[in-house]
Amino acid sequence: MNLRLRPGPALLALAWGSLLVGALYVVAMVYAAGQTLLAATMLAITALALWVYSSARTYAWRYLFPGIAAALVFVVFPMVYTMAIGFTNYSSRNLLEFPRATQYFLDETFHGGDGASYAFTLHEDGREFRLRLEDADSGKAWVSGRLALASTAPLEVQLAPQDPAQAPLAEAAQLKTVIARQKNLQALTLRLPDNDNKLVMTGLRQFGAVQPLYRQNPDGSLVNQQTNAVLRPNMSSGFYETETGERLQPGFQVGVGFANYQRIFTDRAFREPFIRIFVWTVVFSALTVFFAAALGMFLAVLFNWDALRFKGLYRTLLFLPYAVPGFISILVFKGLFNNNFGEINLILDALFGIKPAWFSDPTLAKLMLLIVNVWLGYPYMMVICSGLIKAIPADLYEASAVAGAGPLTNFWRITLPLILKPLTPLLISAFAFNFNNFVLISLLTGGRPDFLDTSVPAGTTDLLVSYTYRIAFQDSGQQFGLAAAISTVIFAMVAAISLLQMRFAKVAKD
Amino acid sequence: MAIVLDKSHRWRVLAAHAFLIALVALVIFPFLMILSISLRPGNFAAGSLIPETLSFEHWKLALGMSYTAPDGRLVKPDFPVLLWLWNSVKVASLTALVTLTLSTTAAYAFARMKFHGKRAALSALMLMQMFPAVLALVAIFAIFDRIGSVFPFFGIDSHASLLLAYSGGIALHVWTIKGYYDTIPVEIEEAAKVDGATPWQAFRLVLLPMAVPILMVVALLAFIGAIIEYPVASILLHEEAKLTLAVGSKLFLYDQKYLWGDFAAAAILSGLPITIVFILAQKWMISGLTAGGIKG
Repeated sequence: MNLRLRPGPALLALAWGSLLVGALYVVAMVYAAGQTLLAATMLAITALALWVYSSARTYAWRYLFPGIAAALVFVVFPMVYTMAIGFTNYSSRNLLEFPRATQYFLDETFHGGDGASYAFTLHEDGREFRLRLEDADSGKAWVSGRLALASTAPLEVQLAPQDPAQAPLAEAAQLKTVIARQKNLQALTLRLPDNDNKLVMTGLRQFGAVQPLYRQNPDGSLVNQQTNAVLRPNMSSGFYETETGERLQPGFQVGVGFANYQRIFTDRAFREPFIRIFVWTVVFSALTVFFAAALGMFLAVLFNWDALRFKGLYRTLLFLPYAVPGFISILVFKGLFNNNFGEINLILDALFGIKPAWFSDPTLAKLMLLIVNVWLGYPYMMVICSGLIKAIPADLYEASAVAGAGPLTNFWRITLPLILKPLTPLLISAFAFNFNNFVLISLLTGGRPDFLDTSVPAGTTDLLVSYTYRIAFQDSGQQFGLAAAISTVIFAMVAAISLLQMRFAKVAKD
Repeated sequence: MAIVLDKSHRWRVLAAHAFLIALVALVIFPFLMILSISLRPGNFAAGSLIPETLSFEHWKLALGMSYTAPDGRLVKPDFPVLLWLWNSVKVASLTALVTLTLSTTAAYAFARMKFHGKRAALSALMLMQMFPAVLALVAIFAIFDRIGSVFPFFGIDSHASLLLAYSGGIALHVWTIKGYYDTIPVEIEEAAKVDGATPWQAFRLVLLPMAVPILMVVALLAFIGAIIEYPVASILLHEEAKLTLAVGSKLFLYDQKYLWGDFAAAAILSGLPITIVFILAQKWMISGLTAGGIKG
């Protein structure tokens, strides 16, 4: 903002006013679209913004508001929402909310036996088509305007009585043309000028009237117009059910209390893989951190050694795994480790005559994950440890040299004790990071090879997060509710690790 | 240090060099291998590290060009690598810009102003950092599915949704920038205020120009963070033309369709610029990294 050129107060008020009106308009639109929760959230944010930017008492919050709001809406809210989803049956079978599921049934139609039907012919007109319907009894005929018939999006078309004075239609198209356009024709709903029947394609040569399949009773139950069967919404199973208890798709979302948690902790078929995956998650994170830290620390100690030359070159080359984007290195390793064509197996085969099955043997797959993850992780430890070692006063080493101590004594008696304290909180964060190292698992093994004895697909190399991802988005029928419940359990674990981390960070500071 | 160098010392130096050279060889091996594979003809060819016959077919495909195979077939690129790179760069640049705007202003309030709940808010930001977005994927999917039913522009399969999802990740950056502001003497801004500047002017015209180095670091960190982000992008983007590199690259290596050579060329093409940016910025990064960031 230029100091001399400031907008007048009237202009400013106008700008704020139009912004506010725009925001309210959007909120109204969202509300009209039936997304009440979203509309309420947006309204709350707008109101909060209005207060923050108009009250003098909230001056500091003018700077904080955009950032904090973004963090709350896109980081904190999803976490809270995840916990909430954990108490529902949200899944691919219970995807819709109740009103939308009801609407789905009310939108269904059927072609009744007594409904009118019309003989249909398709006529080419240039590159486009015209439809002609004829009532067999009265001989009356109707035609449409020109239609491209290129899209499968629903389209309503008004027909007009065929005018004998107009140029006659082309010869009726052959059946194969109709079949070729069947998908497009099925998307059409035709209307005749003299009644409100909705006509849809009911055969290759026929369009017929359809009527809604279900009628809603005041008590919320639905009556099937064809069979007179009554459907009642079951608010604990999340389905419309017939009197015999048969469930009809689509289901809707309902709260199920602690059912998902019950499944995780008490269902045997589910608990066993869960515990095995949890143990592997802990082992994987701990071993990764241990080996990466050991290698990184060793390198940092080496680079602190005056007698060693070319340190800069070594350090730059050994830093490379950290600089290359993780997803690329991981995929490179996926190719190099490939059982049949991978270069690592080609070399092992040439040298020792072995071809380890890295991706189908659980133990080898785990070993591979550890190798790759240490390769990815040690440069960070190296950089951190180098920094910490630099801070150790040199006279300590001089004194120990005078006392005749060797490098091993130096390391165990001086270096390690001095860097371990500030290093511990970083090691714990590294542990927490690898605890949730979804990218590595997802890109390298995808959790495979799978356990053979589980009800829900679970992999021997799956971490808890990748397991959750599979339940939610891959091969288990999108059980969002269950996945969210597992996520909530992981939240609790991460929170515990964080508490530990903060305690050690405090110790390191003191 | 004037210490007598004995024979065992010389051996130790030699051993250290041998170890380091072996380690460097192990670390560099995948990079050299991938370069070699990208220059070999075919997707299954095995061979020595230095390819016997050079072929640029994979590079042509990665750059979006077709090539004529020896048997006369015209081979077209399977995947739009350059488009994915562009998608990634677009999302990451916008994310860096948004993140920078949101975190510089918030950090200013944290560094220079007094308000109720400041310490609690700062700790809450630190705590947020501990919970990765990958734990909330189900909710993120549900939220953008919902938003998309009203505003398709911000729905699933849009880059705008990805930008919004990334824009909340400011916690660490606020801390980094606040730490830098704290090292700048407050007297300069106070002098400006005495001369009649509003707090906004003191921030915009006095403090920000002095904080350019840290802003560059944060912008780069946010940029790289968005480029390499995989979990959120993998659930929000599905259509092939919309994918970012991180999500798209994995399509090369399906068992049923194994395009090892094409992947190698695409990986170098897209990974090299990011790596160079990272190494050039390494000096600045170190300070940011020691503040507690971990790359994923």
